[in-house]
Amino acid sequence: MGKPKTIIEKVWEQHVVHREEGKPDLLYIDQHLVHEVTSPQAFEGLRLANRKVRRPDLTYATMDHNVPTKNREVVKDEISRQQMETLRKNCEEFGIKLADMFHPDQGIVHVIGPQLGLTQPGKTIVCGDSHTSTHGAFGAIAFGIGTSEVEHVLATQTIWQDRPKTMNVKVEGDLGPGVTAKDLILAIIAKFGVRFGTGYIMEYTGDAIRKLTMEERMTICNMSIEGGARAGLISPDDTTIEFLRGREYVPKGEEFEKVSQEWLALATDEGAEYDHTVVIDASEVEPQVTWGTNPSMGVPVSGATPRISESDNADEVKRALEYMGLEENQPITSIEIDHVFIGSCTNSRLSDLRKAAKIVEGRKVKDHVKAIVVPGSFSVKLQAEAEGIDKIFKEAGFEWRDSGCSMCLGMNDDIVPPGGRCASTSNRNFEGRQGNRARTHLVSPEMAAAAAVEGRFVDVRHYAGVLN
Amino acid sequence: MEAIRQHKGLVYALNRTNIDTDQIIPKQFLKRIERTGFGQFLFYHWRFNDDGTLNQEFSMNNPKYEGASILLTGENFGCGSSREHAPWALADYGFKVIIAPSFADIFYNNALKNGIILIKSDEEQINTWQAKAENEELHLEVDLEEQTIKDNDGTVVNFDIPSYHKEKLINGWDDIALTLLLEEKITTFENQKA
Ligand code: SF4
Repeated sequence: MGKPKTIIEKVWEQHVVHREEGKPDLLYIDQHLVHEVTSPQAFEGLRLANRKVRRPDLTYATMDHNVPTKNREVVKDEISRQQMETLRKNCEEFGIKLADMFHPDQGIVHVIGPQLGLTQPGKTIVCGDSHTSTHGAFGAIAFGIGTSEVEHVLATQTIWQDRPKTMNVKVEGDLGPGVTAKDLILAIIAKFGVRFGTGYIMEYTGDAIRKLTMEERMTICNMSIEGGARAGLISPDDTTIEFLRGREYVPKGEEFEKVSQEWLALATDEGAEYDHTVVIDASEVEPQVTWGTNPSMGVPVSGATPRISESDNADEVKRALEYMGLEENQPITSIEIDHVFIGSCTNSRLSDLRKAAKIVEGRKVKDHVKAIVVPGSFSVKLQAEAEGIDKIFKEAGFEWRDSGCSMCLGMNDDIVPPGGRCASTSNRNFEGRQGNRARTHLVSPEMAAAAAVEGRFVDVRHYAGVLN
Repeated sequence: MEAIRQHKGLVYALNRTNIDTDQIIPKQFLKRIERTGFGQFLFYHWRFNDDGTLNQEFSMNNPKYEGASILLTGENFGCGSSREHAPWALADYGFKVIIAPSFADIFYNNALKNGIILIKSDEEQINTWQAKAENEELHLEVDLEEQTIKDNDGTVVNFDIPSYHKEKLINGWDDIALTLLLEEKITTFENQKA
């Protein structure tokens, strides 16, 4: 037996095509996911240089960022329409599979990859989108790339990457009742900041992580980028295998059993060393709410916004509070919201919708609150409808939409108006993210659902039905 | 990509940390299918009021910074999304060099691919330059080959840059063409995998 290795080193080493002193590694890419916003210039580059897509069979495209979430038949925004049309033409020309707006497999790219089984342990996966880290939940090395890199991967199926440092994000203890994976990752980022992961690939370890479902693991890995890490992953285990069994693009029968063993063997070896380790105690995590303009500006729901004079970065805190229209030391539960968005690649999967539905069942969305639910994929939407979840939401006063990125970044019509305040299950609360001068508070689906009903933030643990 | 060896220019100091890609270029401008023309949308919601007029309070609109081609800024510049529209907007606006204590990973790669020289400098140095840029007028002369930065007073400081990145910037190499020189190795790798 050689030296114990982390999964990060194992998967990386398996993909090095070329290594030279003083240069990044040339890494082979097993799966390239493509969407409409970051790809047009890449395809245009290929055309100008008269190049082909090297492995259309390892490339898969969908439309998610721009798609309308209602009345899809007419895309009113001419530029959006053109961008989607461009993707369709490019996929046709270069022979790439595309799940377009009306395809049953359409959805947010990070929701459909796992759903279809394109996402598998041990793969290298890239996409022109920073939340590609989501796919790390399966024990893949998955990271976001820019458009030039998209073009590079299309042309060569490889990418130049500096060998990353490895970080162990060790989660000790157990999450308390009513505390979710979203709260855990928000708490991690609140504790360690928005750049602690820069230059690293993170591996989330510990009992609390092992107990998470795959959907919860995706929520965690999704936000690795918000801690500065391009990629975050979790070693595969039986939970991973069972999630993948029977999915469209995974091997079947005997072959699946065989490949499962290979996947499990990728898990980090006992005693493997990391370049850096951080530790957090899950049992101390409470439901989280962000109050500011980056994802580390978050506190427990029982807390308050910071006091400016007591912050190390007083300028930044002051500016953020101003933008958010909040006072210093203001209790979180006193913040009234007027918009609720349940969706995005962080929290739009079936289990997220189920949990949020449980909170709103039999209740009504507060009068002045505009609340929408946007399932992560067409398939999630259909399953939810089969379970009657859509009815629960609609009866409570939510709008039930078609799948896409929607209000997570507001590239379509789904935006929060200037000065509007939104409880959102997405991953970024940057200035203007959900609309010009919109104010975003990041929360779990349960917290967002409760906020919709109350019109302000409440501790969902004390909310009827949650703790029993 | 155009080769770049030296650059001399006026410095604009934007004293904020964690400037994210949504600030650099807001999402409503990501719908174009070209690589050009993004400069007009740079820092859009900071530069312009809601009615489209210039926001006089935002420092970049101060006439003294007109024609600035070197951006001096705070930690973790370019965090957030992978949108290459961010470096496209910066380059199109005219920024050739960005100096900060640190950059977000994806942004760093994206900017390099567009021939922008990214320089990591310590905070103390940045603060000194910052004060100068704000109070007087700061011109810097960046020499990529020598890895030096000279300011108006003639003070010279050195900077680090991975030799691999330096070489690419200086030669203006096209990444894909370089990689395709290794095509045989890629094919061999694929065959072994299959
Ligand atoms: S849901 Fe939001 S974060 Fe996720 S891919 Fe879409 S825009 Fe990006």
